[in-house]
Amino acid sequence: MSDEKLLEIKNLSQHFKTGRKSVVRAVDGLNFDIYKGETFGLVGESGCGKSTTGRSIIRLYEATSGEVLFKGENVQGKKSKKELKKFNRQMQMIFQDPYSSLNPRMKVIDIIAEGIDIHGLAKDKEERRQRVYELLETVGLSREHAERYPHEFSGGQRQRIGIARALAVKPEFIIADEPISALDVSIQAQVVNLMKKLQREEELTYLFIAHDLSMVKYISDRIGVMYFGRLVELASSEELYKNPLHPYTKSLLSAIPQPDPVHERTRRRLAYNPEDHDQSEEPEFREVSKDHYVLCTSQEFEEMQQQAPV
Amino acid sequence: MSNETILDVKNLSVSFKTPNGEVQAVRDVSFSVGKGETLAIVGESGSGKSVTTKALMGLLPAPKGYIKNGNILYGNEDFAKLSDKQMTKYRGKDFAMIFQDPMTSLNPTMKVGTQVMEGLRMHRGMNKEEAKKEAVRLLELVRIPDAEARMNQYPHQFSGGMRQRVVIAIALACDPKVLIADEPTTALDVTIQAQILDIMKDIQEEFETSIIFITHDLGVVANVADRVAVMYAGKIVEIGSVDELFYNPKHPYTWGLLGSMPTVDQREEELFAIPGTPPDLLHPPKGDAFAPRNRYALKIDYEEQPPMFQVSDTHYAATWLLHENSPDVQPPASVQQRIDEMNGKWEAGK
Repeated sequence: MSDEKLLEIKNLSQHFKTGRKSVVRAVDGLNFDIYKGETFGLVGESGCGKSTTGRSIIRLYEATSGEVLFKGENVQGKKSKKELKKFNRQMQMIFQDPYSSLNPRMKVIDIIAEGIDIHGLAKDKEERRQRVYELLETVGLSREHAERYPHEFSGGQRQRIGIARALAVKPEFIIADEPISALDVSIQAQVVNLMKKLQREEELTYLFIAHDLSMVKYISDRIGVMYFGRLVELASSEELYKNPLHPYTKSLLSAIPQPDPVHERTRRRLAYNPEDHDQSEEPEFREVSKDHYVLCTSQEFEEMQQQAPV
Repeated sequence: MSNETILDVKNLSVSFKTPNGEVQAVRDVSFSVGKGETLAIVGESGSGKSVTTKALMGLLPAPKGYIKNGNILYGNEDFAKLSDKQMTKYRGKDFAMIFQDPMTSLNPTMKVGTQVMEGLRMHRGMNKEEAKKEAVRLLELVRIPDAEARMNQYPHQFSGGMRQRVVIAIALACDPKVLIADEPTTALDVTIQAQILDIMKDIQEEFETSIIFITHDLGVVANVADRVAVMYAGKIVEIGSVDELFYNPKHPYTWGLLGSMPTVDQREEELFAIPGTPPDLLHPPKGDAFAPRNRYALKIDYEEQPPMFQVSDTHYAATWLLHENSPDVQPPASVQQRIDEMNGKWEAGK
């Protein structure tokens, strides 16, 4: 992980109109940076806006307001086709459901090579085929798989195809939206190991979106916790688990069942009630200790600073 | 929890007829469930855990799926021999089921209250007034706020966690002896999952219900189970008390499952993943089905199915590694480390 910012998200908001007057603020004023070579984990419960954030960053949605700077250039806003193409090559996405994210009527070779074709990355058919073979082997499949259709593969294998497709255009940044939730435990570990290996070899930066906190902790360098469209806490994954400060983070951590019966017999669950905060003051995102940010009011901020080890 | 056995499954085999031949989804599975006890069945998709419980409920899709062999003993009855019609006496009454997806297991066109009352009127012969009163009580039991008003609402007006509570209330309506829960919390968020698990445990304590809990989440298993059965390729490969399974696992597949899940304290470079994929049960392999994915496989694993070796009175595992002539094999370092850590906590907790 370097100090170079690959992605800066500034005041990003994504509101959806659900009626003439009602608006859902799925993402509401988000600020965070992703550094080159790191894995940034985004966690939260369903409906907290974590997937919407991922989709807004890669421009699947047009943001309501705010900026997403990729290497200093804004991704959002009006773009010519050429500029869009440039962004699309640098940013790729891996989806949650390996069944619906692959076109069932296309052969694996054509699925993986779609990006290669669009961006003209292969001189001729032979180079295209060789590149797909390489990608298949990179993700732990074999070249015989190229001529098959998605239905011939298991969930874990399909997710590998999805990863190969994302890698085909040699991106720098990959958004993985719950890439392992649909897979069996033993297969989850295979895919996570593969993603870690690829990160080392290809110098990739990941945004890893998930609700499985133990896996997120394992794969991420830093983690942002989302609640109702806002980031409530951001810290290194070590720090977040050892020293959670926001009551919602504490509640979320206390709810994860651990594969350890004795721990489970003694685990106490903490409930989170958003009304416990002082309602008269609008909370702000503040740095409580170095690189540890919490959404809090000024009074909470003082209390947390006293608690936090310096 | 008492020692009284309420359900005894013996040598159960379930097969499916397909155009390509017979798929042996469950192969010679035996286990029992005690009164007020929670047995967790763990395994990956296709391991036969859901099919086993469908067989218990008499819900195999006839004529494709059928019980090939074995007994399901409950009281004086053998469910394996009963017709579909005879099963209706037990299904939904003595045996109730909670499904994974609360979005699809409720009827979207019926009021929630009516759905809870259905079982009460059918199995317990209540009239409308009585059933309504009882339904409100059940909804309160699963901690649905404002139960009386909620009775008149439709499922779409409930959140996922609230719907799962309704499903539990329906399952409880006839005071079942055995509750089968097939991944009841998989579709829910962790905080909601924790609430549902608490409700289930409270209910069990109050009514001494036996629960068969199917899941692939070992964290949930550690939370709810008294005993655990690990299934792989249609067979139980290890069964024991929850402490034995987590602190003294013997089967390499159990090691693999434990190792492939990171603990919150853990941060190593690589997870201990199980290589490869489960076998095709259309042609189950000769010998131990796990052998091709097992880095500790012995030669005999490819030739002969290992029997259940006894580890303790309650702990059994089907692996040749437990045979007296087998080499001394220890779990992989990462798994051993976890076991040591957990053992430390276990000793301290005694």
